[in-house]
Amino acid sequence: MAFAAFATAEAQTQAPKRKSRIALFLLLPGIAYLVLFFLAPLISLLLTSLQAPREFGDIGQFDYAFNWQNYTAVVESYLPHILRSFGYALAATLLALVISYPLAYFIGVKARRWPMLQGLMLVLVIAPFFISFLLRTLAWKQLLSDESFVITSLKALSLMAPDAHFTGTPFAVIFGLTYNFIPFMTLPLYTTLERLDTRYLEAGSDLYASPFTVFRKVTIPLSMPGIVAGTLLTFIPAAGDYINASRDFLGGTETQMMGNVIEANFLVLLNYPAAAALSIILMAVILVLVGVYVKRSGTEELL
Amino acid sequence: MPAGAFAERGADLELVGIQKRFPGFTAIDELDLTIPAGSFFALLGPSGCGKTTTLRLVAGLEEPTRGRILIGGVDVTDTKAHERPVNTVFQSYALFPHMSIIENVSFGLKRRRIADAAGRAHEALRLVELDHLAQRRPQQLSGGQQQRVALARAIVNRPALLLLDEPLGALDLKLRRQMQLELKTIQEEVGLTFLHVTHDQEEAMTMADTVAVMNKGAIEQMGPPAELYESPRTVFVANFLGQSNLFSGDVVDSTGTAITVDAAGARLVVPTARARRHQGSVTIGVRPEKVALHREAPVESAERNVLGPGHVIDVSFSGVSTQYLVTVPGVGTLTVFAQNIGSGPVAAEGAEVWVSWDVAHGFGLDDDADSAPRFAADDDTESIAVHRREALVAELEEH
Repeated sequence: MAFAAFATAEAQTQAPKRKSRIALFLLLPGIAYLVLFFLAPLISLLLTSLQAPREFGDIGQFDYAFNWQNYTAVVESYLPHILRSFGYALAATLLALVISYPLAYFIGVKARRWPMLQGLMLVLVIAPFFISFLLRTLAWKQLLSDESFVITSLKALSLMAPDAHFTGTPFAVIFGLTYNFIPFMTLPLYTTLERLDTRYLEAGSDLYASPFTVFRKVTIPLSMPGIVAGTLLTFIPAAGDYINASRDFLGGTETQMMGNVIEANFLVLLNYPAAAALSIILMAVILVLVGVYVKRSGTEELL
Repeated sequence: MPAGAFAERGADLELVGIQKRFPGFTAIDELDLTIPAGSFFALLGPSGCGKTTTLRLVAGLEEPTRGRILIGGVDVTDTKAHERPVNTVFQSYALFPHMSIIENVSFGLKRRRIADAAGRAHEALRLVELDHLAQRRPQQLSGGQQQRVALARAIVNRPALLLLDEPLGALDLKLRRQMQLELKTIQEEVGLTFLHVTHDQEEAMTMADTVAVMNKGAIEQMGPPAELYESPRTVFVANFLGQSNLFSGDVVDSTGTAITVDAAGARLVVPTARARRHQGSVTIGVRPEKVALHREAPVESAERNVLGPGHVIDVSFSGVSTQYLVTVPGVGTLTVFAQNIGSGPVAAEGAEVWVSWDVAHGFGLDDDADSAPRFAADDDTESIAVHRREALVAELEEH
């Protein structure tokens, strides 16, 4: 997605050479916006990540330098958090995909004959957005706390050990991430499946493919743009998320993700270079992963 | 059909008492049909007559409300689409856009685990002369090429029965004629049973051995194209398959070989063998190209029916022939096709003319002209637009 956006931007900046300067003129606000709010902060972040502590300075005082050891230092101290971030994000993305695909398929394909039902179900998918993300996550914390009805009943039924907790565990964090990002998975899937031409499915079954084979060989490949868009829209924010994993919400000390570490370094430890270095690492890893993913899923021509 | 095996030859298709109801209407009512193995069978009818539904029932994409479907003597009514020895060339082609041409063509073979799928697929592509485009994607091909790929994708499986759902509908006229001939050749080469659904009467007549004319969910008449054209049984067939001049009247005289009908004072003779009903009020007709135009009153003869005098109200020249509209007082308007053997029209607009035709060319129908509504050939945009407008007006008046 992101790459496609870059590609078109390049193509447009080349146009003025051939034609007039009008296109360039029209693009100026956009370019100015990107330079001011994307490029400048990015450079600033990069420079911060290379800063060294000021000699005899206070905590939180740094000077510009080329202190690349910041990177090795943060990787050494925070490797578990980095791995955890991507692990949780991956688990949440897969869960969201497994839950969203049948839902999106039902809304987009099966419910086509009943536009009212389609509309209603879409509203239900989007409805959580009308309440603040923080409030909803807090509500889940209440619902899943040790004293909550759900947990006490599970314990009463011996489905959970009496001294076990749900909040503060990796499951709670992955649950929260999945819950919060499901609409971002469902909506792109819905838009692709809504346009899915069911005549291809009929052609598949006419050519001796069982319903499962039709799904695997026809439906999935044709809905690949939605799958790629949905997984990216879920994975990228989930990897950087610091609300669900936070101790104040569904997480605990053992579930801290990169976002929490960056937050702690920036706001508590005042170690700006470490926070900046972690941010750069997060961004770079996501860029590489997404690049490989888009390339491998071969959706360029379908997009 | 077992995996890994091919149908050696076409199989016959038998539909027994098929009925298909959709919520609110009946698409097909009590349809019985037998298509012999190896034949090229065309199901012809206007849109909404149930012909595509019939095809989808045979393919297994719809389930009949009642009745049985037998392919090669085996009851397949309860079998799923992917288990039937049938392949379809869809109207929209439905080539998988995410696969190359060769992957599309070998799709069915791979599902049935047939050895050397790629080799057979290339062979099928060579048959439709598209092997050089095997690595392309469907969207990189023209409409005619896509159509041929769709055909190759279906015939490569050697189905016992090949279903064609108006596959030539999207092609322009020239390409369509060419594809009709190619399809016919391929059918003869591979010896499969073809069931072709179309609303194009010319296409049905040029390609098929047997044509069944379908209307309102039932088959009106079935037979070789020439037989259907020369002696239509119903008003619908007479008008849908080509054009007809129809007259209604009472039978006034009947001999062993011919009946005489009084059509508004004019006495018209039809051979008994070519008339479906021999007494009471009947509808008879004659094809426009069988009718001759005369500038002077022709000599009365037992061999010819004569109508006139009338007036030419319209002349339209179409190269090969000229179409005249002649109105005869009391009888109505007749269409006459005159071959342009001489030069220029033989009668101008407004001229006084007589028309005549050989008694042997007339035919008598089973039903009355009034009982069945006259269907305009619904393949031209104008008539579709007219129908739409009428439907809308009717809808507005209801509210």
